Amino acid sequence: MECFVGIDLGSTTTKAVVMDDKGQVLGRGITNSRSNYDTAARVSKLEAFIDARLSLIRRELEKVPAVADRVDEILSGLTRNFRREQFVEQLGDLEQTCVANVEGPRFAGKEKAIIGALTEVFRRLREEEADKLFAPTAQRKSDFFRDLAGSRFMQIGEEVARDAGVPFDHLLHMYDKSIIEVENRPPSADMNRKFRTAMERVRGELSGADLDTAALGAPIDAALDVDMVERYVVGTGYGRVRLPFPKEHIRSEILCHGLGAHLMYPKTRTVLDIGGQDTKGIQIDEKGIVVNFQMNDRCAAGTGRYLGYVADEMNMGLHELGPLAMKATKSIRINSTCTVFAGAELRDRLALGDKREDILAGLHRAIMLRAMSIISRSGGITDEFTFTGGVAKNEAAVKELRQLVKENYGEVKINIDPDSIYTGALGASEFARRAVVEA
Amino acid sequence: MSAATSPEVIKEPSMVKQKEMIAGNYDRLTSTKESGEKVVSTFVPGNLNELIMCFDMVNNLPETNAIQNGMRKVSGGMIMDAEKAGHSEDVCTYVKADIGMMGRGNIAPNGKPMPAPDMLLLSYTGCFTFMKWFELLRHEYKCPTVMLQIPYQGDGKITKNMRDFVVKQLKEEVIPMFEKVSGVKFDIDRLREYLKNSAKAEDNLVWVLESAKNRPSPIDAYFGGVYYIGPMFTAFRGTADAVEYYDLVRKEIEQRIREGKGPITPEGDMKEEKYRLVVEGPPNWTSFREFWKLFYDEGAVVVASSYTKVGGLYDQGFRHDPNDPLGTLADYCLGCYTNNNLPQRVELLEKYMNDYQADGLLINSIKSCNSFSAGQLLMMREIEKRTGKPAAFIETDLVDPRYFSHANVKNRLESYFQMVDQKRSGASLAAA
Repeated sequence: MECFVGIDLGSTTTKAVVMDDKGQVLGRGITNSRSNYDTAARVSKLEAFIDARLSLIRRELEKVPAVADRVDEILSGLTRNFRREQFVEQLGDLEQTCVANVEGPRFAGKEKAIIGALTEVFRRLREEEADKLFAPTAQRKSDFFRDLAGSRFMQIGEEVARDAGVPFDHLLHMYDKSIIEVENRPPSADMNRKFRTAMERVRGELSGADLDTAALGAPIDAALDVDMVERYVVGTGYGRVRLPFPKEHIRSEILCHGLGAHLMYPKTRTVLDIGGQDTKGIQIDEKGIVVNFQMNDRCAAGTGRYLGYVADEMNMGLHELGPLAMKATKSIRINSTCTVFAGAELRDRLALGDKREDILAGLHRAIMLRAMSIISRSGGITDEFTFTGGVAKNEAAVKELRQLVKENYGEVKINIDPDSIYTGALGASEFARRAVVEA
Repeated sequence: MSAATSPEVIKEPSMVKQKEMIAGNYDRLTSTKESGEKVVSTFVPGNLNELIMCFDMVNNLPETNAIQNGMRKVSGGMIMDAEKAGHSEDVCTYVKADIGMMGRGNIAPNGKPMPAPDMLLLSYTGCFTFMKWFELLRHEYKCPTVMLQIPYQGDGKITKNMRDFVVKQLKEEVIPMFEKVSGVKFDIDRLREYLKNSAKAEDNLVWVLESAKNRPSPIDAYFGGVYYIGPMFTAFRGTADAVEYYDLVRKEIEQRIREGKGPITPEGDMKEEKYRLVVEGPPNWTSFREFWKLFYDEGAVVVASSYTKVGGLYDQGFRHDPNDPLGTLADYCLGCYTNNNLPQRVELLEKYMNDYQADGLLINSIKSCNSFSAGQLLMMREIEKRTGKPAAFIETDLVDPRYFSHANVKNRLESYFQMVDQKRSGASLAAA
């Protein structure tokens, strides 16, 4: 099966989309960009292929009447157990790397004790924590290995170090030294083995749950036997020049966002994308071709980072800003578009006794006013209007945007897709497909 | 990376000649103490070089000094000096670079101090800042100052009244001031001789600029264009040197056309011509080479630009006319691009888009130049509408290095070139 891949290397996260030759999205993958775009591209692509494989499994399962009504349940079990396999595999890598890093004068004479403690930490992580983390009812805040392994390592490491009489610092040092190495090493590509092992676990979990687990074998095999061939890759986003691709495999994110928005909502004529460091206003035609665009220049005020800064100033989490702002009863006017000055206005307003939610509402409005200025310079808003990027997930930002659009352009259909973070990668994968299929 | 230290810039004989001419003028300027020659400072748009020559005076152009300092990467510090002295961040950076240069001893590129001007000649051709700039210089040097009021082409045309008004000022104010400062009597026949030289050189300049109608274009009419207009716009129009220079350039370009070559760039001949652009607005000078590279690396060649018309719209038919020496100087000043109104600018750019078969329009909007920037987005929309060709808008500055963001400009240009590609393939699909 020929596959077409789009990779969007953003300043914060790297996204990949895998598409088939008909333009159907098979899989999506996301990873943190780190400072290593090569690895970020590899990891996000691998993740997208894993997701694509799950799509193929879903297609096969849906054809089997005996399990067709339990597909969601089976797939979620499969995904979870596949992640568990990956986690255990990476733990093994991390353990080896940590042990190999126990060297140097600082640890002279203590090597054996440190290695002993590390071995115990990893034994517990593998044998006790993996099951807890990936139990059917467990909630995981993140699927990034660093987040999962890190928090558990800290807790268990401290206990083990205390019991073994080894300074916890030493264990932490090994972890810090090794995690980036491990993260930057792509997980082994032997996907099918992990899927089969995960499937065995699913069978175990579901046995006796009124399901013919024997019927799962054939569709899984059929899906795993499909040879997914990476036919063409297109890269986009800020890190695109770092990709080891020839030039014709690289597209500007403006074009990719335009096309991606068109694929999600074919009637789109205006796209607003607010990402980590830039805000783009894009006008597209009926085929998704960009006819005009504007971006923020010289200054990143009013982008995702602005909210990050405000969250830090208010000692809140980024995702908490929107919900708090939604509680506002009025909107405090924030004049400055400068991030740093907005911080000053914020403190000033707090000192004057204004409520945090009202000030936050004003800050969200300030961002959107800036976005509206960029949009108007790109040619205004034409129905339909699609809003993408990380900030599209912020309900207070969306509320202000809706209001401003209505005030300035009247009734316009506003599209916001929950997967809008993949818009650029989606456009890139379609460019990859067209490069081959429509060449 | 300065032009002086960078590895092997490819140069043609005309470039070497121009370099010598510019160096010669700086040497002349910085040795007036010994030679006793008098100096007049003036501006590129409305530069009356032939008239200046009639009084044996040396022409000093503060704008080109700022450009020289920008290209030599020293304008940034000068601008900060001027800001320290109280000039706002938003003021024209040519002005601030000039003020800062004075503060640092007014050192010319040859390392010697520039003389104080003996006279300021302000031809007011549409840029309000020029007036304020010379006010500052007058305050600094306390020298005789004459202002030549050029009526703005608000209605898009030059009337007899406007022309008479300029000629009257030339006769009654400008020439008498020159005579007084220089001690040389005005000789109209001498002016005619210089104007003859001007017209000869102008013919060849126009030929060179219009050579961009060829495919591939043998010149870049913006990045290369600023070199081609150099002698014509500065202290050499009317000289035998300029006639010789334009002869030389024309021969070089003729040769390039015969050989089917594209424009010459600092890295040699441009390979493939993929995009033909019209550009509006002055270039960025502090990162001139990097800016240009963003174009030629992508196969983009500028086939026509408005900036190369700030010192005269010769390609639209104007020539200095020896038979009407003062009238022709008036026409010249009235016709500079800076003195054109917005509809005239739109029409000119539209004409360029069509005449030069351009793929699109690019506006380089200058952060600190309100005179150029006001109305540019509207102009862009209008040209998009009239030609159906894609346009793009980038923002940099003249000589303030803080306002050139390489990554952002690159991102926008790459997006724009891909947008042109996409439009082209869309159009060919539609046609198929």
